[in-house]
Amino acid sequence: MTTSAPPLSKVSEAERAARKPLIELENIQKYYGDYHALRGITATIRQGEFFSLLGPSGCGKTTLLRTIAGFEDVSSGVLRIDGRSMDGVPANRRPTNMVFQSYAIFPHLTVEQNVGFGLRRDPRSRADKDRAVQEALEMVGLKGYGKRAAHAMSGGQRQRVALARALILKPKVLLLDEPLSALDKKMREQMQVELIKLQRQVGITFILVTHDQEEALVMSDRIAVMFEGQIAQLDDPETLYRLPRSRQVADFIGTMNFLPATIATTTVDGFDVEVAGLGNCHIAARQSPGAATGEVSVGFRPETLTLLYEGQTATDRESPGVIEEVVYYGDMTYYDVRLDGVAAPVRLSMRNVFGRPVLDRGTRTRVAWSPGALVLFR
Amino acid sequence: MNSEGVLHRIRRSEAANGLALISPPAIYAVLLLAAPLGLLFVYSFLTDGYLTILWEFTPQNYIDAWTDPLVRTVMLRSLWVAMLVTMVTVALAFPVAYFVSFHVKPSRKSMWLFLITIPFWTSYLIRVFLWKVILGFNGVVNSGLIGLGIIDEPLTFILYNVNSVVITLAHAYAPFAILPIFVALEKIDRSLLEAGQDLGESRMMTFWRVTLPLAMPGVIASVLIVFIPTIGDYVTPQLLGGPEGRMVANLIQLQYLRLDNYPAGSAIAISAMLMVTAISLVFLFLNRRFLRGPK
Repeated sequence: MTTSAPPLSKVSEAERAARKPLIELENIQKYYGDYHALRGITATIRQGEFFSLLGPSGCGKTTLLRTIAGFEDVSSGVLRIDGRSMDGVPANRRPTNMVFQSYAIFPHLTVEQNVGFGLRRDPRSRADKDRAVQEALEMVGLKGYGKRAAHAMSGGQRQRVALARALILKPKVLLLDEPLSALDKKMREQMQVELIKLQRQVGITFILVTHDQEEALVMSDRIAVMFEGQIAQLDDPETLYRLPRSRQVADFIGTMNFLPATIATTTVDGFDVEVAGLGNCHIAARQSPGAATGEVSVGFRPETLTLLYEGQTATDRESPGVIEEVVYYGDMTYYDVRLDGVAAPVRLSMRNVFGRPVLDRGTRTRVAWSPGALVLFR
Repeated sequence: MNSEGVLHRIRRSEAANGLALISPPAIYAVLLLAAPLGLLFVYSFLTDGYLTILWEFTPQNYIDAWTDPLVRTVMLRSLWVAMLVTMVTVALAFPVAYFVSFHVKPSRKSMWLFLITIPFWTSYLIRVFLWKVILGFNGVVNSGLIGLGIIDEPLTFILYNVNSVVITLAHAYAPFAILPIFVALEKIDRSLLEAGQDLGESRMMTFWRVTLPLAMPGVIASVLIVFIPTIGDYVTPQLLGGPEGRMVANLIQLQYLRLDNYPAGSAIAISAMLMVTAISLVFLFLNRRFLRGPK
């Protein structure tokens, strides 16, 4: 999260809720022989939303995308796009277009012919179609490249061709299958921002498949985190990051520290917990994704902890420990701190603001924290 | 510097090493390909003196070859038969190659290709004779059809004419046509076909707009591989062609061995080669258009 461009202004909660549902998935099941690839996917994707399917490889995210595109049929369950059931509707009749992972640019055609491929049955005149192709090329920043042979384009350019080729057909949904995975880091970050802008500009619903949590957080309005053919959590990026509903989700998105804890008492509005290394504290009910008793674990992000320097005091709580490892990143420094009474160190991150020294390994220190940043997991 | 030193230097030079390395295939190529062709070319400009060859250079053999109605008929027939065989073979080979490439499990593909080469397990000559048995007056086809009551008397249009030549050659060259098309189809990225459908085209139109153009290099290779040898085929028209099925190779054989007219035979042979060259160049040019793809 340290190196990406900041997210552009996100859509407000009210505005998002007002949007009408575009894709409805009801208990989608998919089997390949004995293999159960999708295990009851239920979700609603709204009009104009930038929606991401995030998960490790083999979690079913690409299968789900291909199901929406019409390349795979569902074993059971209902898929509706714009209120219409897609049962038995082939890929070429669906209001969806796809940007393939390999981009699937036709090597025997020029850039223009690639972009205009889907316009064959468009009733417009040839001149109008040509103009549409030029506009689409301009939109993705490939003005003047039309006459080039498609195979002579670079990876990033091919991706733009693939985008133009899909968007020219004005689909209701644009499906993107790991579109940025083949690009280098700089190019990828640039394309992330461009894709967000493009999505705002055309107002089309985007569904992005990615295994890169950072990419999903940067780009999406909402993210569905998938594991083993199921949606583990579907939320906006901030909720997903701050209040993951399971250890699995928390582990997959960003870095999270876990400490063993015991619930002392359950109160009306939460839990009184004894956390190893941190001591007693109260965790509000909304910071616990499910009812919990007895032995639990408590999670917190590295940036919610602060290293206290000589003479500083914590605004809320503090715990003593020893710095075990220092990883210097330029703008940030990561410290692994072993809190007194805990075997495994916790990781915390400090911005290297001007005048703040980087501490050495073995330094005795104190860590400031707040119960409000803790999440309780079963 | 003495001559021994120079020789030594030459022997040790890179060029000499290179030449020594390529000399076995070079000698082979010169002796077995270039020399006979050169001889043929020289013969074609000499004068026939019945049982001897007169060293008088003349273009008369070519004038005869290109004006004689018999030569012209046989030449055109050879062209026509080769075109027919090529069309039939490639048209039948494409679906087979397509099936193996697209509908056979990857683990089974090599077995299928192995099965396709089965016709090669038997000698070409024996296969030609077998077609004689199959297509003959009392052959498998006729007795089968009569036995089933479909026809009353044996079909005669299937042996000793152009039809039997086409059938036999199409069978003989089928594997040659299937393999290049198969290779071209295998190279097609399957996501391109999904992209075609994703962009609104049916399977049929995707085939037409994506699969077929991308398979064209294979198709053209098949066309050349079938066309070039069939136009000069000797055995099949000799054994199955009958009088109306004779092709240019039979005519050349006649000139050489029966009439002992080497110059006339050579002129016909060179003319036939020029024709094949011209047609091949057209196809190679076409291939260049389709080979604009990646690498």
